[in-house]
Amino acid sequence: MKDRFNLYRFASPATFYPLAGAMIPYFAAISVVFGLAGLYLGMLVAPTDFQQGEGYRIIFIHVPASWMSMFIYLVMAFWAAIGLAFNTRLSGMMAQALAPTGALMAFLSLWTGALWGKPMWGAWWVWDARLTSELILLFLYIGYMALTAAIDDARRADKAGGLLLLVGVVNIPIIYFSVKWWNTLHQGSSVNLNKSSMAETMLWGMLLMAMCFWMYSIAVAFMRVRTIMLERERHTDWVKAELADKTAGDEK
Amino acid sequence: MLEADNLECVRGERRLFAGLNFKLEAGELLYLQGRNGSGKTSLLRMLIGLLPPEAGEIRWQGTSIKAQGDDFRADLCYLGHLNAIKEELTPLENLLAAARLADEDLSEDDALDALEQVGLAGREDLACKYLSQGQKRRVALARLVKEKRPLWILDEPFVALDTAAVDWLAGIISGHLQRGGLAVMTTHQLVNIPAGTVRELRLS
Amino acid sequence: MFRIITAVIGRDLKLAMRRQADIVSALFFFIIVVSLFPLGIGPEPDLLRKLAPGVLWVAALLATMLSLPRLFADDHRDGTLEQLALAPHPLGLVVTGKVIAHWLVSGLPLALIAPVLGIQFDLSADALIVLTGAILLGTPALSGIGAIGAALTLGLRGGGVLLSLLVLPLYIPVLIFGAGAVDATVTGLGGEGHLSLLAAITFASVGFAPWATAAALKIALE
Repeated sequence: MKDRFNLYRFASPATFYPLAGAMIPYFAAISVVFGLAGLYLGMLVAPTDFQQGEGYRIIFIHVPASWMSMFIYLVMAFWAAIGLAFNTRLSGMMAQALAPTGALMAFLSLWTGALWGKPMWGAWWVWDARLTSELILLFLYIGYMALTAAIDDARRADKAGGLLLLVGVVNIPIIYFSVKWWNTLHQGSSVNLNKSSMAETMLWGMLLMAMCFWMYSIAVAFMRVRTIMLERERHTDWVKAELADKTAGDEK
Repeated sequence: MLEADNLECVRGERRLFAGLNFKLEAGELLYLQGRNGSGKTSLLRMLIGLLPPEAGEIRWQGTSIKAQGDDFRADLCYLGHLNAIKEELTPLENLLAAARLADEDLSEDDALDALEQVGLAGREDLACKYLSQGQKRRVALARLVKEKRPLWILDEPFVALDTAAVDWLAGIISGHLQRGGLAVMTTHQLVNIPAGTVRELRLS
Repeated sequence: MFRIITAVIGRDLKLAMRRQADIVSALFFFIIVVSLFPLGIGPEPDLLRKLAPGVLWVAALLATMLSLPRLFADDHRDGTLEQLALAPHPLGLVVTGKVIAHWLVSGLPLALIAPVLGIQFDLSADALIVLTGAILLGTPALSGIGAIGAALTLGLRGGGVLLSLLVLPLYIPVLIFGAGAVDATVTGLGGEGHLSLLAAITFASVGFAPWATAAALKIALE
């Protein structure tokens, strides 16, 4: 019973706001550390690929970005489920705060995929199953953001967006499977990515970069969720107090 | 018996009301009053179960309406400020379709009789888009004539009616109360309902 | 349970019959879009045969999008939707009825006209049969999944465009298997595998989508 109480307490914006604020610098710092380590491994330590040359090093951005884009969608769907089941205010805000980062990751993955594809396949874009699914994922992110932006009432936006996320998360495996099926039927033009022998350092580099992106996503999502909280709860006492503190601090 | 227990309503960022209680027994009518935007319609939408209250509970015959679901809705008749009639259908088709969808038995004779009572005799086979605003409202009100469900929730039922129609509707509502029904309604004009106990609730 | 579904279907079909212009215009949209493609890409029969499945299916998706915004909007505007939500039945059943009625007036006509359009693309008799079957099998899924989007965007600004944005990505599996079935028949591989997957998608979406739609409608009605 006590745990439950605590959970609800942290789910309230008034308690979560300062907590998130205090945690942002740590996540940001961890992200930088992982990022530097990952880039060092990826750019300097990892061996040059004898087939792909130096160009392959873009996978240290590309692969972690794709991972994160999928992971963030799952996290959003998780928040959506919590929000619809328990009607907590925080969950909808978290989902909305994560969406732009998720879309950014999907976009980054497509962008780096294109940059990588040009030297590898000789084309900026090929209808590879993974790239196509990533593109559809980006569409799903855009759909979610467009829907929540079109609804004025914040609670309705949370609920409708949450429902869309759940529908999306059920559909993603079906979409992925169908795209893969389609791709194999039309004799996939994809070069099989580094299946051969991925050096251990490369794997570590990618993992470190993934950690960096993960921590970055948390930090940015917290920053965004704090803004959403201030905006939505601007009539409550705690926000007024918070803003009064801020302006007093600025004047000093 | 309809009970509202400690209801709270938040719309957007505004708290419209909190700690609202009332109890309505068989044969009683509740008038909801208040300025525009005081939450009258929101309260009605809570009572019909479309808007979940921020806090508190609504009970019908002693159990929460949320837990009852379909059983509660089988006892409920709601008339919104929209007429809920289809322009392409005739008044008769509208009445019959509404009854079928609400799972009520309404014979064609009963429906014709109801339309005659609201003064639409001779127009029952004309598509509703050719009717005037007042006549469309009467088609919507014709549902009440044969309505046997015990709880009526009416949003501004007297709007757009002439005096004769207002008196007629007051009679229909009294008949419902005399049969032991309950009614909750919002209205700007206070109409004298000849039978039943009338209570008032003012939202501010 | 079936009474409420048939009651909703009956009412919606009657309404559609009184407003035939809507059905006919979506159908003509389908015909025109499909007929534009040969004009854009040239009349070589080989090329057309290759493009036919994709063109017909994409046009079918777009034609469905055209009729979706009105699925709930009319009922919402005149207050009937509230009454449907207050009927003493699960709202999901009401939505099932509306989805079936929507398919009868939007999906079924597409399937019936599709073979005629397929002839324009020089499809063989086998391919025409598979095409008709695939559209018959796949369009109920379009109505079902589309209903979720229609409910989510109910009463919103720019609802129609938003609806396409939400729903079209979810239509991709139907497009892939629907067009794939015809394509496989054209190339002589046989489309049975595609058709059975399409049927599975349709059953799943007609079964589940109405309940998600009902939840979305309740959110919109709050």
